[in-house]
Amino acid sequence: MARRKTARRQQLERAAMYPLDWLEERSGLIGGVRYFLFRKVPGDTNWFHTLGSATLTAFLVQLVTGVILAMYYKPDPQNAHSSVDHITHDVTLGWLVRGMHKWGASVFIILMFLHMGRVFLFGAYKYPRELNWIIGVLLLATGLFEGLTGYLLPFDQTAYWATVVAININGTAPFLGPFIASLLRGGAEIGPDTLARFYSLHMLLIPGALLGLIGLHLYLVVRLGVSSPPWSDEAAGREREPEPPPAKAGLVQPRPRTSVRGRPTE
Amino acid sequence: MEDPRGDEHRHQPPPSLWPVGFAVGVVCLLVGLVVSWPAAAVGAALAAIFGFLWARDVVAGGRGPALPGPAEPEPAPSAPAIPAHKGEAAMPEPEPAERFPRSVFLESATLGLGAVIGGIVTVPAIGFAVLPAFLKQHSPEIDLGPIGGFPEGQFVVATFLRNPSQGEISRRTAYIRNNGSSDGKPSFTCISNRCAHLGCPVQPGGPVFDAKKQTVKTANGQVDLIPALPAAGFICPCHGGAYDQEGNRTAGPPVRALDRYEFFIRNGHLILAGTYSVAKVSGSGAQARIHRYQLAGPGQHIDGPEAWLYPIQAPH
Repeated sequence: MARRKTARRQQLERAAMYPLDWLEERSGLIGGVRYFLFRKVPGDTNWFHTLGSATLTAFLVQLVTGVILAMYYKPDPQNAHSSVDHITHDVTLGWLVRGMHKWGASVFIILMFLHMGRVFLFGAYKYPRELNWIIGVLLLATGLFEGLTGYLLPFDQTAYWATVVAININGTAPFLGPFIASLLRGGAEIGPDTLARFYSLHMLLIPGALLGLIGLHLYLVVRLGVSSPPWSDEAAGREREPEPPPAKAGLVQPRPRTSVRGRPTE
Repeated sequence: MEDPRGDEHRHQPPPSLWPVGFAVGVVCLLVGLVVSWPAAAVGAALAAIFGFLWARDVVAGGRGPALPGPAEPEPAPSAPAIPAHKGEAAMPEPEPAERFPRSVFLESATLGLGAVIGGIVTVPAIGFAVLPAFLKQHSPEIDLGPIGGFPEGQFVVATFLRNPSQGEISRRTAYIRNNGSSDGKPSFTCISNRCAHLGCPVQPGGPVFDAKKQTVKTANGQVDLIPALPAAGFICPCHGGAYDQEGNRTAGPPVRALDRYEFFIRNGHLILAGTYSVAKVSGSGAQARIHRYQLAGPGQHIDGPEAWLYPIQAPH
C-alpha cells in the first residue's frame, strides 16, 4: 500500500514538475535562477549584506507603484495637481499607492546610501570589485536624478519652486551650466514642456537606465561573489579549514579565533 | 590529396547578382501595390525573372563542377636557422594572408550598416529631444495695459501671462514704477521678480495694497496691477536674498542685482520687451545708471572674474 502511494506521489511530482522541466530544457532559465539563488556565499555574511537586496526591493516597489500611478496621473500643467489630488482623495486605495511611492522614494535613497556605507566600511569595493563600485555610483546619481524629476510631478508650489531652484543650481555649473538648465527646462523658461519632459525622464528614461545598471550590478555580484566582512576568519580565495569536532557540552562553543593566515591569534 | 578548402567551395553558391534584382523586384511590387498597378506588375515580373534565375543558379551550383580553389602557395623554403642571439628571432615565415577576406568584409559591412541604420534612427530623435530647448527662443512683448494704471512714483506689482498660449504656467510678476518723464521721455523701472540667487520669486518688503487691485485685459491675459510700498526693497523667501528699490543686492546670497525688463510705450500702453541682467544700479529712478548685461541665469555672475565661468549663454 505504502509503495503504491509513493509511486502515485512520484507520478504527481513528475506531472507537477513537467512544465518546469519543459521550460528548463528549452531555455535553461530554471537552472539560471537556481544558480542565482543558491550560489555560494561566505559563511559569515551578516544582516548588513542584505542592504543591497533591500535597495533592490525598494526599487521594485517604486517600479510597481509608479506604473499604477501613471494610470491616473495627467502630466500637463492644467491637470497635474488636480490629478494627484484625485489619486490621493478619490481613487480607491490611491492614498496608499501614492504614499508608498512617495515614502518609498526616500526609503530607496536612504537604503542606497546605507548600502554604499556598508560596502565602503567593509572594504568590499576593493579588487576585483572596483567596477561594481563605479556602477553603484552611477546608480546613486541616476537614483537621485529620479528623485529630482519625481519631485516636480505633484506640481504644487513646493514642487514648482524646488524644481526652479534645482534647475538654477544646475545652471550655475561652470561653462555648461546655462545649457544644462535650458535642456532640463526644455527652453529658456519653465513652461508646459518642462513638466512633460520631467515626467518622461522620470518614468521612462531614468528607470530604463536604472534597470540596465542594476542588471550589470547584479551580474558582477554573481560573477565576483560576495565579500566576507573584514573581521572574517575565512581568507578570501583559500580552502576552508576543516571544521573542529563538535563540542560535547554546551550549546554555544566559541570557535578558536584564528588570524587570516589560519594561525591562532593570541 | 584532397584539398579540404576545395571541398568547402564545392558546396558554396557562387556569388551572384540575381538576389539583388529579386529584392528590387519585391520592393517594386510592394510599392506598386500602394502606388500604381503597372509598377506592381513590373515589380512582380522582375521578381519572377530574377527569382527564377537565382533559383536556377542555386540548383545548378549545388550540382555544378567544383570551382577551382585558390592555388596553394608554394611552401616557402625554410630559411637557414639563425642563432637566437644573432639577428632576428628565428620565426617561421608567416603565411601570406588573404588580402581581402570575405569574412572581414561581411563583418565590417554588418557593423557599418548597423551603425548607419542606428545613426539614421538615433540622431533625429536626439535632436528632437535636445534642440527645441535652444531654438526658437524669444522674449515676447508683454502688454501691461494703459500707462494710467501706473501712478507716478509708486511701485505696482504686475502679474501677466508671459506667453498666453501656454496658459497659467507662464504667469510672471514684475515690479513696475513710473518715474515720471526724464528729458521729455517716459521713464519706468521694470524689475523682474526672479531672484538673482536661484530664481525664487522675490517679494516686496512692505505693504501690498490688495484692496486697490486693478485688472486689465490685454493680449497677455488678465493683467493684475496691485500697488505696493516696498519700503525695505525686495526680499526673497527662499534663502534670504535682499535688494533695494532699484534691485541692487543689499544682503544674502545673490550674486548681482535683480534683472530688468526693457519697456516702451505703444498706443498709450506700457509694453515690456526682453529681459536683461543688471550688475548694479547707481542712482535711482529716472536718473539711474544701469550696468546692464546680456540676460544670464540666476546665480551666474555677469561681471568680475567669476563671469569667465559663464562665457556663453543658452539662447533666451
